[in-house]
Amino acid sequence: MSSDSRLDTSKVATTNGTTAATASKPGRAGSLATWADDRLGLATAMKKNLRKVFPDHWSFMLGEIALWSFVVLLLTGVFLTLWFNPSMGHITYEGSYDQLRGVGMSESMASTLHISFDVRGGLLMRQMHHWAAMIFIASMMVHLLRVYFTGAHRKPRELNWVIGCLLLLLGTLEGFTGYSLPDDLLSGTGVRAADGFLKATPVVGTYMSFLLFGGEFPGEAVIPRLYIIHVLLIPGILLALIAAHMLLLVYHKHTQWPGPGRTEQNVVGFPMLPVYAAKAGGFFFMVFGVIAIMGGLMSINPVWKFGPYDPTKVTAGSQPDWYMGWPDGLLRIIPSNWESVIFGYTISWNVMIPILIVPPLMLVLLMLLPFIEGWITGDNRDHHLLQRPRNAPTRTGVMVALMTFYGLAWAAGGNDIIAIKLDLSINQITYFMRVAIFLGPLVAFWITRRWCISLQRHDNEKLLHGYETGIITRSPEGQYAERHLPIAEKAAYTLTARDRDEVLSVEAGADSAGVPAPGSRAQRLRARLSEWMHGHNVQKPTAAELEAAHHHAEHQAELQSGLDHPVDGHDFDDHRLRDADEVPLREH
Amino acid sequence: MRLLNRTAGRLSRHRRGPLAGLVVLLLGLLISGSLYTALAPAQADTQASETEQVAHGKKLFLASCAFCHGKNGEGIPTVRDGYQIGPPLAGVGAAAVDFQVGTGRMPLTQPGQQAPRKPVVFSQEEIDALAAYVASLGPGPAIPDESDYSIEGLSEEERQEAISRGGQIFLTNCTACHNFNGAGGAMPRGGYAPNLHDVEGKHIYEALLTGPQQMPNFSNGNLTPEEKRDVIAYLGSIRETPEYAGFTLGGLGPVSEGLFAWVVGIGGLVVGSVWIASHTTRSKKSKVNA
Repeated sequence: MSSDSRLDTSKVATTNGTTAATASKPGRAGSLATWADDRLGLATAMKKNLRKVFPDHWSFMLGEIALWSFVVLLLTGVFLTLWFNPSMGHITYEGSYDQLRGVGMSESMASTLHISFDVRGGLLMRQMHHWAAMIFIASMMVHLLRVYFTGAHRKPRELNWVIGCLLLLLGTLEGFTGYSLPDDLLSGTGVRAADGFLKATPVVGTYMSFLLFGGEFPGEAVIPRLYIIHVLLIPGILLALIAAHMLLLVYHKHTQWPGPGRTEQNVVGFPMLPVYAAKAGGFFFMVFGVIAIMGGLMSINPVWKFGPYDPTKVTAGSQPDWYMGWPDGLLRIIPSNWESVIFGYTISWNVMIPILIVPPLMLVLLMLLPFIEGWITGDNRDHHLLQRPRNAPTRTGVMVALMTFYGLAWAAGGNDIIAIKLDLSINQITYFMRVAIFLGPLVAFWITRRWCISLQRHDNEKLLHGYETGIITRSPEGQYAERHLPIAEKAAYTLTARDRDEVLSVEAGADSAGVPAPGSRAQRLRARLSEWMHGHNVQKPTAAELEAAHHHAEHQAELQSGLDHPVDGHDFDDHRLRDADEVPLREH
Repeated sequence: MRLLNRTAGRLSRHRRGPLAGLVVLLLGLLISGSLYTALAPAQADTQASETEQVAHGKKLFLASCAFCHGKNGEGIPTVRDGYQIGPPLAGVGAAAVDFQVGTGRMPLTQPGQQAPRKPVVFSQEEIDALAAYVASLGPGPAIPDESDYSIEGLSEEERQEAISRGGQIFLTNCTACHNFNGAGGAMPRGGYAPNLHDVEGKHIYEALLTGPQQMPNFSNGNLTPEEKRDVIAYLGSIRETPEYAGFTLGGLGPVSEGLFAWVVGIGGLVVGSVWIASHTTRSKKSKVNA
């Protein structure tokens, strides 16, 4: 360190440069900190964590949206509990909303209307709570996609991936229970549907329904039960899992993009204090602000228009909140006659498949993705450097296929709205979806994988032949060529900072007598999957190939030598700006 | 005299005085005579103008409607059983014409799953003429009077009751297709329940009475005239009530809410995270070396 940039210590200690420094008297904040440190040992804990380094990239903040919207949920949720009355006791509404005055309803509905119209700021809080819930789950999904597309789910982070999946599940359940609480027409329809789903379970269905509702639907018990699940049980588990998720994040350290100076052993970025504390704190206010603006300006769940729940009523556009939309979509497109009668009992495949079988299966598949990938690649190393999605074409393709499945099922859940807004026939949307739900993911997988592989080829082109300058030259023979220039060394390093994919082969398939080795069946499967996963990938050029390409480039440069200035695109034509009295224009 | 006595006997069994029949007859002649004197010229005029109106309506009908509904409104069937180019109109009544033509649904510009609402092509006078002509084909519901669908004449308290009662009737009978907000909904095979936001009270009343297109018919036995009026009052009231909660996002329920959560919420916050990640928190670069 040069002397002019030496630390200025004059504010905290005095020294004349020859004797040891003596600490000056601490200020008020300093003595308070000392007091706390003597009792709590904060300094030891903070010393390390305040300087903890986080790498910087916009996509690393997506999970933070979920965290901060959860904080908004806690704050607004506490506000709502102060007035909400989770009771199915029947009363007559006598509040401020004219159109419902004198109408009989449950106390939970009446207190929701009270919060909306008679509690100062109540409607804003309700709407913020609901928007925050929508954003909470959406941001968890976006975060999940980022993690998977960049390979951050690989060892050692598989368990954190599983925790994340559980958070997604719990967030969805939390959303559903909260959505059901006001006991309005829309949510009542949703609870009725949930009752139907429970009852569709073979053998235990009716028992489960009776257990949840405390008897026949709707009873008087379900709202108080959902309430305690919503405000105590699930938030408690959510908080514990979020804490575990973040402790593991600190323990594993954050992943980073590859680049010069970044290895599997270090983390290059900014320290927690002051940089990340400010950035994360600022981002909290941004999330809070967006949710507040949405809550203030955009109507969500206008329960006063739905009116109280009544099993004889239903409204067009009865959909669940978006995160439950995809099972609803599967339910809407499955042929309604898929039922079988076994020993006099009806098995409703038309409800079981879309609600009780596919969604849990998808969740299990999601949780297993890192383990499946780990088994196929046989990769037991720790990974802290991220991969670009293009460098794992099969994995990227798999997730895009899953997204396509999800998206199509999701769109099917809004089939009636799509029909009226786009002037389509709801039946034809259903027929289309029944085919697309199977074909769409396959097509999406194929396109994505080929696209990734093309991008890999493009990267190799850049490494070997440089980037396209856009300068077209014409040789004396009349041949046109685009000039390529080598990419910066930093960029070249980043592009090559990835491992070569290894296609596993079967070790010792069978002995000399033709008897297959034990476990070789699994091995063969693994080899096939490994070939499927990595076989098409384009590997980065070898050192020899790069060397050869550079020789070639130098040779090219020699041919075009004699230039004493940077290339500007007019070196090989005659269009350079010039003074008139300079060399006259060539005539040709 | 027998005839006279019988007639008188029918009028009253208890007053069978010898002159009673004659007195009643004279009284009847007097009343009908004076009534005729008082009303005859006007009646004759109405008669004439009604005939004229029907004739005018028939002309319009032949020019604009007969192609599908037949020259006498008898309807034109297709070769396929049960399908029609245009249905027969005897008995649909003036209310059906006033609704279909008054909302621009008729005349149809092209065949389709459903006749869409479009700009009205006839003047109200012409619509009345068409309605009169179609009404002359057979008895059917008449065009309602404003007092049938308006709550103007009621007291403040009665209005309030009418609106909240209408809301419950609306939620029970109408929202399944027209949505909780009256924003409309999908029906099978490309059909749809239309948006009710700017439909006149008269047309809603007529639609309830005549059941146009895929809509069921809410006869007076099903929904009394007062209940129909209350539904219209409720729709008017939610139209006039300010949107307390902000932009309604189309009033379509959770689908449009989800769309906005993703586009505005997540979209906006992703832009925010890109912005935050591309900025440093340091205010002075010189401190970097400290």
